[in-house]
Amino acid sequence: MSTITQEQEKLTDQERQYILLTQNGLPIIQEPYHAIAEQMDISVEQVLSLTKSMQERGIIRRIAAVPNHYKLGYQFNGMTVWDIDDGQAEKFGDAVGRLPFVSHCYLRPRFLPEWNYNLFAMVHGKTEESIAKYRGQIKELLKEVLVTRNHDSSQNIITKSNDMLTSTAILKKTGLRLKK
Amino acid sequence: MDNSSSPSKTENLSKSRKCQTVELSALEKQLINLLQHGLPVCERPFAQIAEEISSTEQAVIACLTKLRSEKVLTRFGPMFDAASLGGAFTLAALAVPEADFDFVTEQVNSFEQIAHNYRRDHDFNMWFVIATESTEEIEKVVQAIEIKTGLKVLNVPKLKEFYVSLYLPV
Repeated sequence: MSTITQEQEKLTDQERQYILLTQNGLPIIQEPYHAIAEQMDISVEQVLSLTKSMQERGIIRRIAAVPNHYKLGYQFNGMTVWDIDDGQAEKFGDAVGRLPFVSHCYLRPRFLPEWNYNLFAMVHGKTEESIAKYRGQIKELLKEVLVTRNHDSSQNIITKSNDMLTSTAILKKTGLRLKK
Repeated sequence: MDNSSSPSKTENLSKSRKCQTVELSALEKQLINLLQHGLPVCERPFAQIAEEISSTEQAVIACLTKLRSEKVLTRFGPMFDAASLGGAFTLAALAVPEADFDFVTEQVNSFEQIAHNYRRDHDFNMWFVIATESTEEIEKVVQAIEIKTGLKVLNVPKLKEFYVSLYLPV
């Protein structure tokens, strides 16, 4: 599957309860799903099959450890943005998402002339050089589908086909949680 | 949707970059590498993980508990699709005149619907995520930000999201 489904499914009460119990994390104990089963008052088999079903339907992306990038030494990130051929965007976006250094990958609308980029891919690295290299790798992958625009040929203003925006400060950061 | 886990703050990245990296043991590295790919869904997942790396369930649990409490792991468990949780989201940006940057930061952050906000090196120098209960509310917040700041909002909601397989080996 290349893209994540866009339509929102209505959650069942049981799924809602499961999310409320686990959105801050899975208990790190011998039998984590037993603990959830007890709190939901259902069997552990039911919790395991509910987990698998939510995973298959994309409500759960994955069950995994998410490291703090900075603490592992991945201190640089860049939001790379690309102006690529719309007809090829899904195929190439999918390929960019598969690169191991990409943490988010989206198609977004353009607003010409001030914003001509339709593909966004966030890259992470340990050095400034590494994120520049990753940008280069993406560029190599996309070279056939990058759009060349020339808005004002009389002044020879050529719009760039790609860019990388690095963050220089976190101005606000909050977590997203389902409300009780 | 409720954006309440931490207070809003401005963090200077170049300052905080210097001393954040932590020293990790061999077992910690192994677990971080393995568990970024995922945890098996079974009754005793940590026993299964321990078997894969020739360790013990007890050692794995102790190690993960430590990594979690030291916040080397920011999350451990199911990662939910944000849209499935019932909210609406968009990414938006402003091109803020440099002299007004701090003031506009305050104006934008004052909206409780602003989840994340980053300064970036571009003409569009402020990038933020708007998280609301509904799509209609997104539009209202965008308009309210435009009125408050007097600046045009670049609103670029996702049209397609691609699966990623981010892996940060240690």
